[in-house]
Amino acid sequence: MSEKGTGIAIDAAKLKEIEKIIEKHKNEGGALIPILHEAQDLLGYLPEEVQKMIAKGLNISLAEVYGVATFYSRFKLNPKGKYNIQVCLGTACYVKGSDKVLAKIEETLGIKTGETTPDGKFSIESARCVGACGLAPVMVVNEEVYGKVTPDMVKDILSKYE
Amino acid sequence: MKSLEELNEIRTKTAEKLGIRMGKQVDIGKKNILICCGTGCTSSKSPKIIEEFNKQIKEKKLEDKVEVTKTGCFGLCARGPIVIVYPEETFYTHVKPEDVTEIMEQDIIGGNVVERLLVKEGETSDQIAHKLHELGFYKKQMRLALRNCGRINPENIDEYLAFDGYEALQKVLLEMTPEQVVETMLASGLRGRGGAGFPTGRKWDFARKVTADQKYVCCNADEGDPGAFMDRSVLEGDPHSVLEAMAIAGYAIGASQGYIYVRAEYPIAVERLKIAINQAREYGILGNNIFGTDFNFDIDLRLGAGAFVCGEETALMTSIEGKRGEPRTRPPFPAVKGLFGKPTILNNVETLANVPQIIINGAEWFKNIGTEKSSGTKVFALGGKIKNTGLVEVPMGTTLREIIYDIGGGIPNGKEFKAAQTGGPSGGCIPKEHLDTPIDYDSLMAIGSMMGSGGLIVMDEDNCMVDIAKFFLEFTQDESCGKCPPCRIGTKRMYQILERITEGKGKEGDIEELEKLAQNIKRSALCGLGQTAPNPVLSTLKYFRDEYEAHIKEKRCPAGACKGLTKYHINPDLCKGCGLCARNCPVGAITGEVKSPHTINTDKCVKCGLCMSKCPFKAIEKK
Ligand SMILES: Cc1cc2nc3c(=O)[nH]c(=O)nc-3n(C[C@H](O)[C@H](O)[C@H](O)COP(=O)(O)O)c2cc1C
Ligand code: FES
Repeated sequence: MSEKGTGIAIDAAKLKEIEKIIEKHKNEGGALIPILHEAQDLLGYLPEEVQKMIAKGLNISLAEVYGVATFYSRFKLNPKGKYNIQVCLGTACYVKGSDKVLAKIEETLGIKTGETTPDGKFSIESARCVGACGLAPVMVVNEEVYGKVTPDMVKDILSKYE
Repeated sequence: MKSLEELNEIRTKTAEKLGIRMGKQVDIGKKNILICCGTGCTSSKSPKIIEEFNKQIKEKKLEDKVEVTKTGCFGLCARGPIVIVYPEETFYTHVKPEDVTEIMEQDIIGGNVVERLLVKEGETSDQIAHKLHELGFYKKQMRLALRNCGRINPENIDEYLAFDGYEALQKVLLEMTPEQVVETMLASGLRGRGGAGFPTGRKWDFARKVTADQKYVCCNADEGDPGAFMDRSVLEGDPHSVLEAMAIAGYAIGASQGYIYVRAEYPIAVERLKIAINQAREYGILGNNIFGTDFNFDIDLRLGAGAFVCGEETALMTSIEGKRGEPRTRPPFPAVKGLFGKPTILNNVETLANVPQIIINGAEWFKNIGTEKSSGTKVFALGGKIKNTGLVEVPMGTTLREIIYDIGGGIPNGKEFKAAQTGGPSGGCIPKEHLDTPIDYDSLMAIGSMMGSGGLIVMDEDNCMVDIAKFFLEFTQDESCGKCPPCRIGTKRMYQILERITEGKGKEGDIEELEKLAQNIKRSALCGLGQTAPNPVLSTLKYFRDEYEAHIKEKRCPAGACKGLTKYHINPDLCKGCGLCARNCPVGAITGEVKSPHTINTDKCVKCGLCMSKCPFKAIEKK
């Protein structure tokens, strides 16, 4: 995968949607970030092709789009796995040992944080507080939140997504 | 668009309906079930509970007798999901969707409390709290910023209106001049809750005095401190209070447009804000000619995208402009030249949530709460090694001991308190000897920490303070925007030294090197991120220097938390040779004959600690 994002073909209908998103925000002050948000909500990440479209639509350089997209950690240039696992490394979770949960997940899946398994099924991310500190340590698989997770529980949780 | 008369009518009508939650109308045979739908309780399936209640109410044809309301956070997140039944105010905790039938039949229909779901305080089961206000957790609290959280349905503007909502805006627009509003804020002594504690009235005064064709009011809802969720709870539980305060600020400084910069990681808050803005527009409370005056004000949302530095005021404004969120040098200050080059004020969510109350009750009322130099209350997100994790709001001047022991219920599992961390990545650790310090902006500064935005993480004897310092430095060096070298390079160097120390490779002179770097970064970094980044290291060095020294000189982690410095060892006198550890070891590092003591091959051991947690005889020790 190249640094700038993959060249996987995106279907035409979605590209049309992106056009519409650009059109909608084009004349607002500070349009770039809202457009990136909506484009990523639609596609799950920001392929190079789409970054180029946005640059053209806003009449700015691709470098500027890329510069903004890489500045903010929420914007992704590569697709995530079918099941995206987030382990909270916020302070409340960290002091309760969420780093050990993360290590166990990395060990179980054989990939590191920020990577996707070769079959495209799982990806791992670390998060900074998902707002459920009362349930610390917390992990999230797609939208499902798991609280009070111990390394022992990792296998069981992941097996639900086999 | 509603006229003032129509709004007042909504207020009276809704207030009558909500009387049931205020302990009035106990005998009309109606019940109101309130269910927390903040992020914490939503994660543990509270929307499912609502669904289940509604289903059963429909089946039993009780629609005119029982109403279900979703609310914001009650604060006691550790015991979520939380359900309260009014008018009795019965407080149920850890409710699961499966419990709904029992609550319906036994309580709602039968009139008998479901004891099993009540809070048991203390160790004996006879100390049961039935009602919300009987809980020790709430006794020392004073909820101003959180006044409506857990009391109203945040998605229904009528409920906000019923509890004095938008009355402050009405008063300001119809009875006060902008100068009087600013004077009230100045006199109240309200200081910014976003961390720095700058007097809110002064900020508004600066912006008011600048002349410009356009000015802006921004709300900082970026809440970057990881492990803190005060602002999120206000937005999720009482979004209108923030909108109202922003409109008041707009009137005071002469702005017609507001922006709320909110984290994209807060989907529920974003959704509720959108609903609230739309409802306010519909009622004509946002838009043109508000309350029939010539004042116009509208609010838009801007989503953050996961950059901590964007919580800093100038970076936040650059980010709203659609650019990389890098801070700018000040002056010019935002009050003169801010968003899109126009005079701008930025206030934190919790700061704003206090404003309507101050207008309604007066500056004097607010000034009398809290301490002399820090008036009002502060919301803290209590987390870490504490029984009642959750959200608490106390008057300034409350001691840490009261928060941790009386409200927080103390440290779980019989462990010993070691330190409390406030101020997040910019703050510091407070040790045992300062537990009785009354908390306000200045006292926390004096003991080497800071108020910060309200994250309060409790640590026990198992937490290593060097590791915690490393944790925060990892965070700041990762979040440094890279614009200024002291922060970009300096925090990285500090992190590397801490990493080395926790791995057992610390050298003589490392502590001095850390201190030197810290002082230099503090002095020369461009923005608050870099200037405060060394604080966690400096404060842990101040109070826990012996832990650093043990790591460096004795290659030992006193808390047993640093993997690189711990060795697992099986005590042959306690080991019965059951083999459970060997079967669980992920790397096959444990060997031994059945019924005779096992041993750990330390070269193979990855120090995951699984064997220790599995051993039924506590034969495995960490050194
Ligand atoms: C690195 C950094 C991060 C910050 N993060 C936040 C934040 O998440 N929320 C916040 O309200 N203020 C944050 N602040 C403080 C703001 O710059 C600003 O002082 C505050 O929002 C002003 O509002 P107040 O006066 O109402 O507190 C941060 C400051 C720095 C230097
Ligand atoms: S620190 Fe993990 S959910 Fe808040």
